[in-house]
Order: sequence, then structure tokens, then C-alpha cells
Amino acid sequence: MAILGALNPMLSVGLDGDKAWRLADYVKRGGYSALRRVLEEKMPQGEVINEVKKSVLRGRGGAGFPTGLKWSFMPRSFPGDKYVVCNSDEGEPGTFKDRDILRYNPHSVIEGMVIAGYAMGAARGYNYIHGEVWELYERFEEALDEARAAGFLGSDLLGSGFNFELFAHHGYGAYICGEETALLESIEGKKGQPRFKPPFPASFGLYGKPTTINNTETFASIPYIMNLGGEAYLEAGKPNNGGTKLFSVSGHVNRPGNYEIPLGTPFATLLEMAGGMRGGRKLKACIPGGSSAPVVPAAMMMNATMDYDGISKAGSMLGSGAVIVMDETTCMVKALERLSFFYYEESCGQCTPCREGTSWLYKVVHRIESGKGRPDDLELLESVTTNIMGRTICALGDAASMPVQSFIKHYRDEFSYHIEHKKCLVPVDVQRAGSGFFMATV
Amino acid sequence: MLTSESLKRIDREIAKYPADQKQSAVMAALAIAQEQLGWLSSEAIEAVANYLGMPPIAAYEVATFYNMYDLKPVGKYKVSVCTNLPCMLTGGVDAGEYLQKKLGIGYNETTPDGLITLKESECMGACGDAPVMIVNNRRMCSWMNPEQIDKLLAELK
Repeated sequence: MAILGALNPMLSVGLDGDKAWRLADYVKRGGYSALRRVLEEKMPQGEVINEVKKSVLRGRGGAGFPTGLKWSFMPRSFPGDKYVVCNSDEGEPGTFKDRDILRYNPHSVIEGMVIAGYAMGAARGYNYIHGEVWELYERFEEALDEARAAGFLGSDLLGSGFNFELFAHHGYGAYICGEETALLESIEGKKGQPRFKPPFPASFGLYGKPTTINNTETFASIPYIMNLGGEAYLEAGKPNNGGTKLFSVSGHVNRPGNYEIPLGTPFATLLEMAGGMRGGRKLKACIPGGSSAPVVPAAMMMNATMDYDGISKAGSMLGSGAVIVMDETTCMVKALERLSFFYYEESCGQCTPCREGTSWLYKVVHRIESGKGRPDDLELLESVTTNIMGRTICALGDAASMPVQSFIKHYRDEFSYHIEHKKCLVPVDVQRAGSGFFMATV
Repeated sequence: MLTSESLKRIDREIAKYPADQKQSAVMAALAIAQEQLGWLSSEAIEAVANYLGMPPIAAYEVATFYNMYDLKPVGKYKVSVCTNLPCMLTGGVDAGEYLQKKLGIGYNETTPDGLITLKESECMGACGDAPVMIVNNRRMCSWMNPEQIDKLLAELK
């Protein structure tokens, strides 16, 4: 089963069985009917974009930017080449929803992209797929072949005169390519280093042409919005947070996996769907939106609702909907050490504050974790973060800083204890038991 | 250096992009070259660059930027283990240590018989399946508890 649980689902309906990803199965559950209607009725482009605007679909990749508004930035009447690009470079720690969409529902992405191409007057698209999920890159290429053979891709689609071609491009191990302009550089066959903005991709994108980039789940939601109508989609969620969303739940829960729930669902409900806490232990903290989002302590999290505004109220970001759950066996210093290493490793090296700063962050957290912390290290970390934030071309520097700031803010005692006593508040054997790795052999 | 079969696969990649944008195929072409040769020597990178009509240094920049390219020889099997936070919480670090102990090597090392190279890796986008590892950049292995790891090692011969 693809999606472990759902409340009022759309994206994950009918995905049982190992043929769910095939075109025939997708068509049987209503697939490509939205595209067919758009083309047959020759729906005006503005009307398609209006429907998406009405749905208040917000970008599912992490930034939460309203999709319809983004589409309206494209110069529709610009006569030259324009591109639609899908960002399936899913590598934000904690996030694995697009993997399941590509695995079980790839045609929803294709249909969404063709409709997007139609609405923005683009004739060509690329789906940039994370290199680590190689089997799904191959599967997506097969799905593209199916769509081409059925006349949903190519020239003069369904006799409408509209042409759209779509190709898959794979990454090969660089987190930064999830940043949209780095992704464009990568498609152009270069190092994935983000571009300075403005100009934004809508005016200067792939090969310097107007380009719109959306996340996999965003595109996958488009057919459902066109079928249901924008207002009905919005109502499935809550005001300003339209629709349902996939949440990837990982860490110390009984059933880690993807869950589709209406935006606005309480976190407590999602936790329950994921089987509750492992071993009946207590929730300590949660990162609600992928590793770049600030950590939220248990008490605040249990009162939060899972939507852009609700998580923002809890002091964090909904991000990509990656919910990393940590129980009381977790050492917060060690957790932060691993995240800081990640950003240090993945900084593209272009901007000095990020290149040097992420190295400082990791090294200082590492020495605290290793029992060599110095009394003023927490102030040092805070000063490094403020010197990174807002001083770089892309958001990776901010993403590296926010975990550091929030971990220290909420768990300062734990960091101070490490520095003072050269060891962790949580005994090492308790931490080890928390991972459950050796359970199978015991 | 590249076989006609590899070149045919590269041609298929080139066809995905506008005619004047052959360089866009460099990532796929390097991956194809690595599949054929096992790793990417400077000569291999240059061969790819020449085939695509781009400066070798530009292809070299790409090969060094993305971490799934191997710029040094690796074992017959490269096993990459994710130890990032979500995986770590549910045994990713332990799985890496278990593998190191079983194989008698550390990360970035190869077993003396040249069979297995071990790598520590960043997020693979499969955190719900933790612990997760990838064999030779292609095959993702999920829920790798000690028993599953033993099974995988028995299979990699």
C-alpha cells in the first residue's frame, strides 16, 4: 500500500495494487479527464489559472507560495520558448512524499504538467528527479512513453492544436538542486549553484527563457483541482490553506510513512494515524516541515494544526510536510550535530557566509557533542547564524541556521549540560535503545 | 573509451534537449560512463565532454559537484548508507556501524578483495523506510535491520 493512511484523500485514492501507476489504471480512476476537458472546451488560459488561484493551492515543495499566482507571473503571450519544470529533487531530510507520488501516481504529475503548460503557453517540460530514487526515474520515463503513445504528450494533443513534450532529467546527489534556480543550472548541465534573483525564472529561467517550477505534489494536485473545481478543493482544507496534503512522518513512531490529510488537521490526529509513539515513549520534539524548519517542543506541537498558518503559529514552518518525530531517548545536541553536518556537506560553496558559516556551525556543535564545548559556544553559534542569515543568494544558509537557533532556544539546558559536564543528559544506552536497530536480533 | 552501446544511450539523452543544448545531457552521460567503466577517470570525463562538445573542465566541474559520481575506483558494489537525522533516529547510524564491523572497513574504504566500498550518505528521500541504503547508485534497500543487512551481504558476491 502506497499511502499508509488518509482522511478525505484525493491524491492517494485508488492506489492499491502494483499497477496503480500505469496509464490504464490512472484513466480508470478518472485520470486525464481534466486535461481532456481543458483541451476539448478550449478553456481560456486565464480561466485555468483562475481555477488554481481559487483553490488556494500553495506550493507543496516547502515555500508554500500560491501556485495560481506563480503561474500568472508567466508572460503567456511571449512568443518564444517557455518551459514548465517539475521539482522532484526530493532530498530535504524527512521528506519522502514525492517518491510515493512518482511510485504510485506518476500520471497525475504528467497530467498536471500538461495542463500547466497549456495554461502558461509552454510547449516543453522537464521533471527533475532525485538521482537516489533511480527506479522511479526509470518508472517515470515509462509513464512518459505511455502518455506519448496515448496522445497525451506530443503534438496536436487530442486534436486541439496544442503541443507539449515532457522529459525526465535525473539528479546525481546534490541537495542544493532542490533550490529552483540551482535546479535550472543543473538541467543546463552545470554545477547546481543558485542564481541571483531577480531576474526570477518567470522572466529568465531555463536556457534564459520564461520558466515556471513547481513541486511534484503541486503538479499532481492540479488534475484534482480542475475536476473538483477550485472552491471545492479549497474547502477540503481550510481558509488560506486549500486542499489535502501528503505528510511524511519519520522517526520514533510505530508506522513511519506517508499520510494524506486535509490541511488544518490536528498534529495529534496525524500522530495517532502513524501508530503513535514507538514503545509507548513520550514525544520530546518534532520538526514539522523538513530539517530546515525550526524544531518545536512536544507541548506546543500537540496543540498545533497541520497547515501553513497553524505551524507558523507554533513557531515553525510547514515546509514540505516532513514530520520528524523525536522521543525522549533523543539527544538534541547529537540531532543538531547531524543536521549541521548535512548543511555543511551540501552548501554549494558559492557564498562565503554559507560556505564558511555552515562549517563553523558543524564544528562548534560537533565539539559540544564530543565533550569539548567551551562556555561561550552557544553565543558563538548564535552569532554565526545571524551572520549567515539574509546574506546569501539562496535559502540554504537560512535553512542551516534555523535548526541551530531553534534547538538552542528550546533545549538550551541540554546544550549547557553538554558543555559543563562533557556528556549527555540522555544516557548513551538509552539513546541506542531508542533507534530500535537491534530489536530484530534480541 | 565509451562503447557504442553507451554512446547510443547518451544519444537518447541528448535528444531530450533543444538541439543547441547538448551540454544538458552531461549528467546522464557521466552516469552512463560510470556505469560502463565503474568510476570516472579524468580521461572518461574528457571523453564525455568531447562527445558533447563542451569544455572538459565544465564536465569535470559537474563530476566533482554531484556526489554520486565516483572519481576514484570503488569496489564491485558501492553501498551507501544514509545516516541523516530521520534515518539516525531509527537506526541509520547503527546500521552503518554494523556494516563497518561486519566488513572490517570504515566509510570510504573498500574490502581487501575489492568487493564492497562503504559510503556514508546524505538524505535519499526515503526516510520512512529507515534504515536505508543504496547499492551501486541504483538499488534502494529499505528497512535494513541486522537480518536484512546480513541477507544483502550474502547476496553481494
